[in-house]
Amino acid sequence: MENHPAVQMLETELGSDFLKADIRTPKRIIVSIKPGAILRSAEYLHKVAGFRFIIASALHTRNGFEIHYHFSRDQEGLILNLHVVLDAVEPRIESLSNMFSASNWIEREIHELFGIDFLNHPNQEKLISEGNWAEDVFPYRKKFKSATES
Amino acid sequence: MGRKVLIPIGPYHPLQEEPELFKLYCDGEIVRDVKWETGYNHRGIEKLSESKTYEQVFFLVERICGICSTSHPFAFANAVEEIAGIEPTNRAKYIRSIIGELERIHSHLLWLGLAGHFLGYNTVFMWAWKYREPILDLFEMITGNRNSYAMFRVGGVRRDIEESKISAIEKVLDEFRRKNDLLTGAVMDDPVIHARTKGVGVLTRQDIIDYCAVGPTARASGVATDVRKDDPYAAYPLVDWQVVTAEEGDVFAKTKVRLLEMNESVSIIRQCLKGLLKEKEGDIMVKVNEIPEGIGQGRAEAPRGEVFHFVVSDGSNSPARHKIRAPSYVNIATFKKSCIGQTISDATITLAAVDPCYCCTERLAVAYDFSTGEKIMNAKSLMDISVAKTAEIMKIQGKKHE
Repeated sequence: MENHPAVQMLETELGSDFLKADIRTPKRIIVSIKPGAILRSAEYLHKVAGFRFIIASALHTRNGFEIHYHFSRDQEGLILNLHVVLDAVEPRIESLSNMFSASNWIEREIHELFGIDFLNHPNQEKLISEGNWAEDVFPYRKKFKSATES
Repeated sequence: MGRKVLIPIGPYHPLQEEPELFKLYCDGEIVRDVKWETGYNHRGIEKLSESKTYEQVFFLVERICGICSTSHPFAFANAVEEIAGIEPTNRAKYIRSIIGELERIHSHLLWLGLAGHFLGYNTVFMWAWKYREPILDLFEMITGNRNSYAMFRVGGVRRDIEESKISAIEKVLDEFRRKNDLLTGAVMDDPVIHARTKGVGVLTRQDIIDYCAVGPTARASGVATDVRKDDPYAAYPLVDWQVVTAEEGDVFAKTKVRLLEMNESVSIIRQCLKGLLKEKEGDIMVKVNEIPEGIGQGRAEAPRGEVFHFVVSDGSNSPARHKIRAPSYVNIATFKKSCIGQTISDATITLAAVDPCYCCTERLAVAYDFSTGEKIMNAKSLMDISVAKTAEIMKIQGKKHE
């Protein structure tokens, strides 16, 4: 399938930080990048290419922690995911919240539920369970079992 | 610099779909800062979804929101069908769109009523909610339920709309269209509503882009984003309709967008009903054998904006990961922009304008003075401020307040 111009631009901008592009359909693209390139990539998509940030989804998989940053280019109905794989023991990645406010809440939520650190986040407090939940217990990690599951 | 006063709004109110606590930091009458606390009703639905089968998840996500209860199953169906590569039949697509649009009408009417109520304009509230009833009756006739319709499943819908019902539906729509014209005219021409909503809570185009806001909130600021047009699903590409936008970005523009959108919805439903007549009755399901491994991203335009579902399948019969984003999640953050610098009497309608069903002033606990901890204002008095402002404007314009 033909490459989208945004993907080509990302490939040239990022160089070796660009890992691969999975063009599933003309409207669904997943671009895998190295975590260190997240700021540059998001800045290009949001500021230059006119993408809207939808949300970020974190996953706990056998590769470690993964985050899909979903961006939408509304004129084309395109969803482009920036996909990063983070360290399994000490997951951390640069925060996007200084670039656009839309990622502020979701980064706090992911930090709280998965224990992923967002570096330079303006206010990485708990979003959901302030004061009502144990420290360093992350309910959305795979190891976590609820009372009824164990 | 006067004394800074903290006014908490929330966290619980029966009108709200999501309990949240907003803290308005006020200097005199002017709101200087807004902070919020959320998570009061975190139900762990994303985690719960991983323990349900795909068929069960529909009933789970239907219960995320009590008002737009069909938008989440809609987006989830789109996501799962993307993984499985299923295309529903045209008849199922039409029925899906009919349910989606009926829901938009009832949700916008609900919002309009509440907005009127919080301006102290109970006539608008009475009218809007009265006109909403026949729409809910339609839901009962089509699905058996006034809310949480349980219509969606992977590959189609659960119930058909029989041809014998179509003329009855059209009759209700014709009646509603007349009433909505009346309501639109009354609301748009009212000088008091103009005075209370024009230039209030303005969001510029740039604010929308920065906050990535969606739905009527974005469309009222001139950003024509609508998933139904941008990333067409169900029967929306099969019918002819327009995206309604406004440029001003204030509360009035948001009201206008919602009022006019209801007319578009009626037009979409009418075309879908015509479409149904062309399709074979009962042809509402595609057989689904299994959901293969893969990633699916489904979107649907809920009354409040884009609902986004991200589903990861590992080939088993339940999702391996299910991420959900409701439109209010991004829209509520715009309060930081729209509320600051406004007066407290406008804060309620500004918060309500985003339609988080957040018209909860009467539930305000107590406002404290920072330095002394003394109670200076109770729940009712803040509501009264808003009503009093309307009354004052009416007095100036020589009208009698109800």
